[in-house]
Amino acid sequence: MEAAPGAACGGPGGEAAGWPGGRWARREVARREVARREVRPAGGGPGVDPGKVPAMDLLEYQGKQLFARHGVPVPEGRLAVSVEEALAAADDLGYPCVIKAQVQIGGRGKAGGIKLARDRDEARQHAEAILGMDIRGLTVHELWVEKASEIDAEYYASVVFDRSAKAPLLMLSTRGGMDIEEVAAEDPQAIARLHVDPLLGFQDFHGRRLAFEAGVAGDVVRQVGEMLGRLYEVFVAEEATLVEVNPLIVTSGPSEQGGVRAVRALDAKVTLDDNAMFRHADNAQLRDISAEDPQERMAKERGLTYVKLDGDIGILGNGAGLVMSTLDVVAEAGGAPANFLDAGGGSKAEAITNAVEVILSNPRVKAVLFNIFGGITRCDEVARGLIEAFHQINPQVPFVVRLDGTNDQEGRRLLAEANLPNVHVEATMDGAARRVVELAAAEVMEAPSG
Amino acid sequence: MSILVDGSTRLCVSGITGREGTFHSLRNREYGTNVVGGVTPGKGGQDVDGIPVFNTFAEAVRETGANTAMIFVPPRFAADSILEAEDAGIELIVAITEGIPAHDELRVFNTLRRNGRARLIGPNCPGILSPGKANVGIIPASFFSAGNVGVVSRSGTLTYQIGNVLAQQGFGNSTIVGIGGDPVPGTDFIDVLAMFEADPETELIVMCGEIGGDAEERAADYIAEHVSKPVVGYIAGFTAPPGKTMGHAGAIVSGSQGTARAKAEALERRGVRVGRTPTQVAELAVSLLGNRSAV
Repeated sequence: MEAAPGAACGGPGGEAAGWPGGRWARREVARREVARREVRPAGGGPGVDPGKVPAMDLLEYQGKQLFARHGVPVPEGRLAVSVEEALAAADDLGYPCVIKAQVQIGGRGKAGGIKLARDRDEARQHAEAILGMDIRGLTVHELWVEKASEIDAEYYASVVFDRSAKAPLLMLSTRGGMDIEEVAAEDPQAIARLHVDPLLGFQDFHGRRLAFEAGVAGDVVRQVGEMLGRLYEVFVAEEATLVEVNPLIVTSGPSEQGGVRAVRALDAKVTLDDNAMFRHADNAQLRDISAEDPQERMAKERGLTYVKLDGDIGILGNGAGLVMSTLDVVAEAGGAPANFLDAGGGSKAEAITNAVEVILSNPRVKAVLFNIFGGITRCDEVARGLIEAFHQINPQVPFVVRLDGTNDQEGRRLLAEANLPNVHVEATMDGAARRVVELAAAEVMEAPSG
Repeated sequence: MSILVDGSTRLCVSGITGREGTFHSLRNREYGTNVVGGVTPGKGGQDVDGIPVFNTFAEAVRETGANTAMIFVPPRFAADSILEAEDAGIELIVAITEGIPAHDELRVFNTLRRNGRARLIGPNCPGILSPGKANVGIIPASFFSAGNVGVVSRSGTLTYQIGNVLAQQGFGNSTIVGIGGDPVPGTDFIDVLAMFEADPETELIVMCGEIGGDAEERAADYIAEHVSKPVVGYIAGFTAPPGKTMGHAGAIVSGSQGTARAKAEALERRGVRVGRTPTQVAELAVSLLGNRSAV
């Protein structure tokens, strides 16, 4: 029996589930997040979310390699970065095989980024078409060539960091291969769930209970239970915040345990905790910097949390909450923020200088608002950083500065002494927001039309 | 009265010999907090401007009777330090450190919950200030005076901003609690709301949330059932790009999209008035309490 292409590819629904974490918000900075996403037209854009674990999403093949390391059964596959490599991999694996675009975004299947190749000609055709393809704003540079699997059934399995319960949550459903959120909305009973006490860890009975409750086929109950245990091991050992398999397939065997049928992870979505990367040097190298916005990457390299937005008022603040609040107050005053930038707690002068450079690297910025309420951040350091930035890059747009908190008098004194051109000091957050909106509007009007 | 920290606080600082640890320990002492000691392994026997340094929390507790710990060590050492403080019998642990690995936080939270001996505030928080009594953490205390408004917030700097606009309207604070912005806070809104409800000095509670997670939604339910005092809410992040915080699986878990609008609506449905800006929060406080606190 030949595998149905859609099924072999995991089905469009499964793809549509998309990447759970999202690639940006990592403030190396859990705290500095704001809301995430949808800033980038291509989707999967940034956003900020305070409280979210700063995350690093892995590509499918990277997730599968981690799976394999922990004994999670995956179909055999090879990575290819050229058509020749893809053909060699396909010849090696045998036909039919599946050519899969490796990008950190959902909807790969729908976009034509996952294709079944029945022979060498088809493999060449698909590899040529998919390499370099644009999928919702991301260019495909890597292909995962995988042995095609016959599919008897598609399940869903995941281990999630459940913030509310403060425990890992295991989920299993026999309705895999489609958008699991839809399943959850239509028929919550179709997803079996179980929290694992993190101090106890996964026990075999957890796997059995979930498998029976989800109603998986009797002959693979044991295998599915075991796979859940292995996925939990990936979650803990690699310090993931999400391990998701959709679909987890039941395919023709023999299984490792000698059964007639076997289970395999046909897709892999793994999100790792950036804050734990110091313990996982190998994983740290998996970061896909090509998928990051250049300005966001520049900010990240400098230890700043930056999210590009659509407006023209550059924003800098300290602490995600205050920066988010600043965006809201600027919007209330009729302005449109150009970015979210959290300079972080304890920002030193150099960080501020770096931040100004990042903000001004966006050509749309017409005016900049500094809103600092220093606790651990010292306002004199912020003032020094701003003065240094003016020496280094001589900004051409107006700045509005509001400094309160630790060493604020010294900060304001330094700014007054430096007498920087076009820098306006305001006493309150509301006043500063109104002022920067006025200044940005004036800049727009003064901009030469020709 | 006040909650969590006051004149009976005996503070021991983990990481007191570091640059930030020293700076803020001395500021806390200057404010009047009883800073009885510090812990830095290998530096026992030294002192920081007269504050004795110990090698271990066990020794610090034995020698000084410390009952409160502040954690100021780098993220990779923080979980261990929190567990050490709890093991030594410290009852209140305030973790300022940000960037602690999520799985460390999970282990710490569940261990503390199982043992039931210590309360953790934070991590990744600005600490706790009871104006006129004690300051444990990095909140710039000079902006706040004693009064009848309790503040609880996920964000440090936003807490200062809200406290500041309240102060400009003449309000003082019973206690300001920063519970921190991490996914696994040791103490959540509900815990602090219960403490403020029981505190006779607190007459109004201001709760500052942010997008992400469902802590505000759960707090809204709690307020409706258990809080008789007026509560004013604030949610930061209305104009932040709409997000899928923990992704699809996360949304299934929380049953909430975690947006500012969803949170504000959850609070308003439960009768909590929500300010759209920090200034509006202060105005709502005036409308609920009148200006008597300013007199």
